[in-house]
Amino acid sequence: MRRQLLKALGLAAVVAGTLGCAAGATAAEIETGGKLLLTGGVSSLEGGAGGGLATWAVIAGNETNNGVGGKVHATYVDVSDYTLRAAGAAVGLHDRIELSVARQEFDTGATGAKLGLGKGFTFKQDIVGVKLRVLGDAVYEQDTWVPQVSIGAQYKKNNQDAIVRAIGGRKDSGVDYYVAATKLVLDKSLVLSGAMRLTKANQTGLLGFGGDKNDSYTAQFEGSAGLLLSKRLAVGAEYRTKPSNLGFAREDDWVDLFAAYAINKTVSVTAAYVDLGEIATFKDQRGVYISLQAGF
Amino acid sequence: MRHFTQSAALAAVIALGLAGSALAQDAVPPGEQPVDPYVQSNANAGAKPMDDTRVFEAFRGKDGLVRIAADTVDRSMADPRIKEIFATTDVPRLKRTLAEQFCYVLGGGCAYSGRDMAAVHKDMGVTNRDMNALIENLQLAMDKEGVPFFAQNKLLAKLAPMQRSVVER
Repeated sequence: MRRQLLKALGLAAVVAGTLGCAAGATAAEIETGGKLLLTGGVSSLEGGAGGGLATWAVIAGNETNNGVGGKVHATYVDVSDYTLRAAGAAVGLHDRIELSVARQEFDTGATGAKLGLGKGFTFKQDIVGVKLRVLGDAVYEQDTWVPQVSIGAQYKKNNQDAIVRAIGGRKDSGVDYYVAATKLVLDKSLVLSGAMRLTKANQTGLLGFGGDKNDSYTAQFEGSAGLLLSKRLAVGAEYRTKPSNLGFAREDDWVDLFAAYAINKTVSVTAAYVDLGEIATFKDQRGVYISLQAGF
Repeated sequence: MRHFTQSAALAAVIALGLAGSALAQDAVPPGEQPVDPYVQSNANAGAKPMDDTRVFEAFRGKDGLVRIAADTVDRSMADPRIKEIFATTDVPRLKRTLAEQFCYVLGGGCAYSGRDMAAVHKDMGVTNRDMNALIENLQLAMDKEGVPFFAQNKLLAKLAPMQRSVVER
């Protein structure tokens, strides 16, 4: 388990290096950096910029409208009966377009044996995302309630097609579509974000897409509220509704309480207490979420 | 002859009148450079003043704002990211008008005597990155003055929308 986390961190470091070199090579023509601390959000579990469990309308990276930015992350979630490791990278272009990739490994550990999958059985999922800022500016436009609004899509591919079908899932891949609105309410030192996601994903896709109970897209909500305690530190809560497409186990909404800390403009850490509810018949999946991010 | 005297007196009156109005417009405070005439108005400050004076008090009033404005300008002129922008700036005037602007928008009762944000920044080619660098310097200056973070953000909330007038590219 520890080795896999180290592997994920290693991957993140390699991607960071590659992105860093790319940034250096083009620094003469395209500028990097320039965003204020934390105004690019943190890395969400699915790879893009967000609050952690929720996706936000902000674009990843420290770049402004004239530059490119990027971010890598390694995330570790440890709840009662499962662990989830995730690593990914995102590139922000001109604070307008975000491209992201993420790999998630949902490790059933000892629970795998109880589920009849075998001890340490792991679902892996790859996610490729694109996000486009369509209007507003979350940071500057403090004289209006209009938020920054982005639209996006995430293609997700799970590696356990046979198991997904055995538990009632319909497909091992799917596409989520979302619209997100994020606003910094500087006057109150608050950051608010909401997103509406059209999805068929079971446990965000870790248990496949569509199911015996429901095989249609449903609209789900993601909300975040954070309080800025300093330039570097934000604390808050998130809520994410989820569909319940599978007959064999109920799927619950996700909740978290988070703290995001920017060590500097390059490195930030997110720590959260998460309640993921029931996952594959195992109830009350509560625990910790730790995410380390590096960006430019 | 009497006619001439009358004319001369009239001319003198007119000249005095003109000099008087020019004086009102062009009175150059000590240490500052003259500027081209413009219409002075608090509306040039670019934001409406706050009703609540508690934030102004958290900034230690006008004296605190004078220190913060001066420190922000000093830091920015030493900041490799943006110092070139200030190469030809009338520094005493910038410090004075910046303090007036902060004082006015925080409801401190000051009049703003500077030009509007679009006019001041015209053709400077300021970018978002430049503006954010200045905001960071302002944050450091407010930290140094001991202004609480939540009060700092209330001033920044007033200044942030000026990005539309300040940033050109």
